[in-house]
Amino acid sequence: MHAFANPTKFLAIARPVTPWALWGGVLLSLVGLACGLWLTPADYLQKDSVRILYVHVPAAWLGMAGWTGIAAASLMQLVWRHPLAAVAGRALAVPGAVFAALCLATGSIWGRPTWGTWWEWDGRLTSMLILFFLYLGYIALAQANADRGAGGQRVVAIFGIVGAVNIPVIRYSVVWWNTLHQGQSIGLTRTTIDASILWPLPIVVLGFTMLFTAVVLMRMRTMLADGKVEARLRRMARA
Amino acid sequence: MKAKHQRLTLAVLAIVAVVGAALLAMSALKDQAAYFYTPTDAVRDGVQPGRAVRLGGMVADRSIVREPDGVTVRFVVTDGAQTVPVRYTGIVPDLFKENSGVVAEGAFVPGGGFVATNILAKHDERYMPPQVVGEMHKSESIAPAKPGGRT
Repeated sequence: MHAFANPTKFLAIARPVTPWALWGGVLLSLVGLACGLWLTPADYLQKDSVRILYVHVPAAWLGMAGWTGIAAASLMQLVWRHPLAAVAGRALAVPGAVFAALCLATGSIWGRPTWGTWWEWDGRLTSMLILFFLYLGYIALAQANADRGAGGQRVVAIFGIVGAVNIPVIRYSVVWWNTLHQGQSIGLTRTTIDASILWPLPIVVLGFTMLFTAVVLMRMRTMLADGKVEARLRRMARA
Repeated sequence: MKAKHQRLTLAVLAIVAVVGAALLAMSALKDQAAYFYTPTDAVRDGVQPGRAVRLGGMVADRSIVREPDGVTVRFVVTDGAQTVPVRYTGIVPDLFKENSGVVAEGAFVPGGGFVATNILAKHDERYMPPQVVGEMHKSESIAPAKPGGRT
C-alpha cells in the first residue's frame, strides 16, 4: 500500500490507466444505455419509465461508493499520513456529488409518474438528499482548508469519516422504516428484477464506474501537478 | 511505529463510537421516521381522528368503488391483519390499483374510516415485462403484504 502512496509511483500507474478507463467507460455506458433503451421490454406496471433505472441505479451506487472512498482515504490520511490520501478524498468529492445529484434527479422524474409525486420526505429519499448535502459540505470544507496545512487537511478527513455514518443509513433505510421507496431489488441471493430487464444494468454500472474512476484519476493528477507547480514557484521565490 | 498504532486505535475507537451513536439514534427514530402508519400501527398507536397522518398498505382485492360523481373513490387499505375503509376525492395515480401498494395522506374520521386528501401509489421491488406476469400468474406477483412486513 505504501508503494501507491508515493506520488511518483502513483502517477506511473495512473497515467496509462486513465485513457483506458475513460474510453472503456464511455463505450460501455453507451452500449449499456442503448441496450436498456431499445432492447429490453417495458415493465408491466411502470411501462417505459422503468428505463430510468439504467441511470438511477449506477448513479446511486457511485454516489454511495464515492463517499465510501472518501471515508477510506480519510482513514488512511489520519492513521498512516499518506500524502496521496488527502488528494484522493478531495478528488472523489465532486464526481460523487454529481452522481448523487443525478440519482436524486432521475428518482424524482421516475417518482412523478409512478408514485404521483416529485418528492416525499421518506427515509430513503431524505437520507440520499443528506448524502448530497454532505458532499457539498465536504467540498466547501476542503476548499476552505486547502491552504491550512496538515491540521486543516485533518479536519476535512474527520468530516469524511463522520459523514460515512450516513451510508449504512441509506442502505438500510428501506429495511428499518416503512418508506415510499420500494425495498431492495438487487441482493446477493435474491434479485426481484426479471432477467430480461436486468441484463444491461451490469454493463452500465461497470461503464459508469470506469468513467468515475477516470475522472477521479484525472482530478488527482491535476491536483498533484498543481502542488508541484506551487512548490516550484515557492522555491523560485526563495532563490 | 508507535504513534501510527496509537492513531489507528484512536481512529477505530472514534469510528465505533460514532457508528454506535448513529445506530442508537436511528433505532430511537424507528417510529418517528416511519413514512406511514399501517392499519395495524394505527390501531396499536391509537391515532387520533383529525390528526394529519399517512396510511399505507395494500388496496384490498375488489374494494375500489367509484362514486357516481366520477371523482370520488372508496377503497379498503389492508395490511393482512387490519383493514381501514378510505374515501378520496381527486385524481389517483396510474399505478393505483387493487392488490397494489398505496399511501393515503389525510386523517381518520371519528366513525372509524379514513378521508384522504392525496393518494400516492407505492411501487414494489419487482420489475418484470408483461409476458412474464402473464406466465407467472398474477396472485404470486402481487401477493398481499405479510402482517408487520414491508408493504
